[in-house]
Amino acid sequence: MMARNRVICRAVDVTKRYWRGKVAVDALRGVSLEIKSNDYVSIMGVSGSGKSTLIHILSCLDTPTSGEYYLEDKLVSNYTDEELARVRNTFFGFVFQSFSLLPRLTALDNVALPLIYAGTKKQDRILRAQEILEKIGLGDRMSHRPNEMSGGECQRVAIGRALVNNPRVIFADEPTGNLDSKTGAEIMEILDRLVDEGNTVVMVTHDSSLAAHAKKTVKLKDGMIEND
Amino acid sequence: MISILGKIALSLQTFRSHRLRSFLTTLGIIIGVTTVIAILSLIEGLNRTVAEQVQALGSDLIYIQKFTWISTGHRDLDKLAERPDLVPADAEAINQLSSVEIAVPTISRQLSNLRYRDEEISNVSVAGSNENYSYVNNYLVESGRDFTRDDITHRRSLGIIGSYVAANLFPDESPIGKDLMVEGHRIKIIGVFKEKGQFLGNSLDDFVLIPNTVFEKFFPRSRTSLFARVYGGYSIGVKPKTSDVEKTLDDIRELMRRRHGLGFDKEDDFELNTQQMLMDLYQNITRVGFIAIVAIAAISLVVGGIGIMNIMLVSVAERTREIGIRKAVGASNQYILSQFLTESIILALIGGIIGIGFGMLLAALISTVSPLKAAVSFWMVLLGFGFSAAVGIFFGIYPARRAAGLNPIEALRYE
Ligand SMILES: Nc1ncnc2c1ncn2[C@@H]1O[C@H](COP(=O)(O)OP(=O)(O)O)[C@@H](O)[C@H]1O
Ligand SMILES: [Mg+2]
Repeated sequence: MMARNRVICRAVDVTKRYWRGKVAVDALRGVSLEIKSNDYVSIMGVSGSGKSTLIHILSCLDTPTSGEYYLEDKLVSNYTDEELARVRNTFFGFVFQSFSLLPRLTALDNVALPLIYAGTKKQDRILRAQEILEKIGLGDRMSHRPNEMSGGECQRVAIGRALVNNPRVIFADEPTGNLDSKTGAEIMEILDRLVDEGNTVVMVTHDSSLAAHAKKTVKLKDGMIEND
Repeated sequence: MISILGKIALSLQTFRSHRLRSFLTTLGIIIGVTTVIAILSLIEGLNRTVAEQVQALGSDLIYIQKFTWISTGHRDLDKLAERPDLVPADAEAINQLSSVEIAVPTISRQLSNLRYRDEEISNVSVAGSNENYSYVNNYLVESGRDFTRDDITHRRSLGIIGSYVAANLFPDESPIGKDLMVEGHRIKIIGVFKEKGQFLGNSLDDFVLIPNTVFEKFFPRSRTSLFARVYGGYSIGVKPKTSDVEKTLDDIRELMRRRHGLGFDKEDDFELNTQQMLMDLYQNITRVGFIAIVAIAAISLVVGGIGIMNIMLVSVAERTREIGIRKAVGASNQYILSQFLTESIILALIGGIIGIGFGMLLAALISTVSPLKAAVSFWMVLLGFGFSAAVGIFFGIYPARRAAGLNPIEALRYE
């Protein structure tokens, strides 16, 4: 594992402007933020405050309108599309609120999906995905498809998929938002455990009791970080 | 790099879940390729048959006649009728040319009646020629003997019959030595020609050959009809000595002009016909057919291509979320592009393969119910594959690019 407190991601004065027709929507208005190795960060804020936008930019799913974003001191805006795909594939793992699994693939194949794009051999893909599924307690669900699993199980598969390439940072956008509180608690347990094992987790939530799991909380309001 | 096999497998999986839609999409390509394969193989079959038959006929022969085989525009029979007749002496003179191996005069009549005892056949042609006829025209005397010089000069009433005549008038006995009535004139059969088959649908075996001297005695030239004056006389068949047919043609032309006393300002009053002219004409006709096919194929392939583009765009729209997920976990634009391109190429190739199969079936079917003989060649199959792959690439690239260019977040939000 990486040395603690090493800076992985650094956003400097990042903004994001969307266009709704001719109306500009400033979802982020100058956000600066660092994520260090083994951090457990929660991003909080009311709906519409820009949490998803921020986490998408941090995870390279989207690009900022202005400002600089560095990955291990390399400027992301210089990356080609291919390099960005590679970053999403091996550098980061992402857990969506709505699970976002491929409906026709089994749990095993969903978890193994990023390995395909990493160019891993089929045999190794299967072994690695099995290992991950065992670890998150889905060893007996490997050949189930998403519609044959509960919401909690689906979200665990999604976490497995995020973990499979040993990412530097795991991002989760309201990972318990579509789950009941008991299942949500199970998901939080897994995230806590991942951090204990040395992983880095950045999680979006608007629930302060969930945010309390994290070691650090970033509060967003109207696209800016609120200092309390 | 991710293996192409994986992409192909994923594509096939997609088609399986949309069987009917995929089939309908490829219909344009199926129809296009079917048409092309069927018609090409029929033309190819025809080409081969014609080429074989021309070969059998002796493709290098030059025929000196009053009329041309290939008329452009209408024939002025009045003018042709005034041309001097060609005579056996012309053949003798041509024989002396160094570029000529042998020249043989032949005169013939169609629709003649043959009788042996009570058996009778009509619709047979009678040819009058000499001892060189069989060699020049690639006939083989299978039983009995050929003419000799003496048979011709002594006007012996002898005949050699084609295999069709032999089979019909002498089913169970040897024709050699038998007396045959040719339009009421008696001749003695001295030989039978080996079967030669057909040329452009006409039998080459339903004739009897007699000495041209005897022919002249039996069938004096009728000069009443214009038609008989043009087509009724001798034609001289010439076998060139070298492969340089052009030189032979020039020599013959010069000699004949001299024999006919034509001044330098006068046009030829005879025609030099070759099998090659027929082949050229035939090929010109089939070339028109080729162009027509290319047009049909192009139209149906474009229609098929648009069908594929349409269905691929639908597929991209339907799978927007899937594309978003794949991109979010690391699929590159390149990967998504090649995935969709693989899909459209496979779709087009499936259409192509079905089309090739249908085309071969159709050609075989036509072969069995008509005299046309289809010949499917490897290059046609390659052409079918090539065309459909090209359509798949050309019409698949736009939808594939659209898929590859999707923003992952927007794609994920798509419902
Ligand atoms: N693609 C988009 N087009 C236009 N406006 C958008 C788009 N995505 C987000 N927004 C707007 O940006 C703001 C921030 O959105 P988001 O980051 O999703 O907030 P949160 O996740 O905190 O609820 C909101 O006002 C939202 O409506
Ligand atoms: Mg959000």
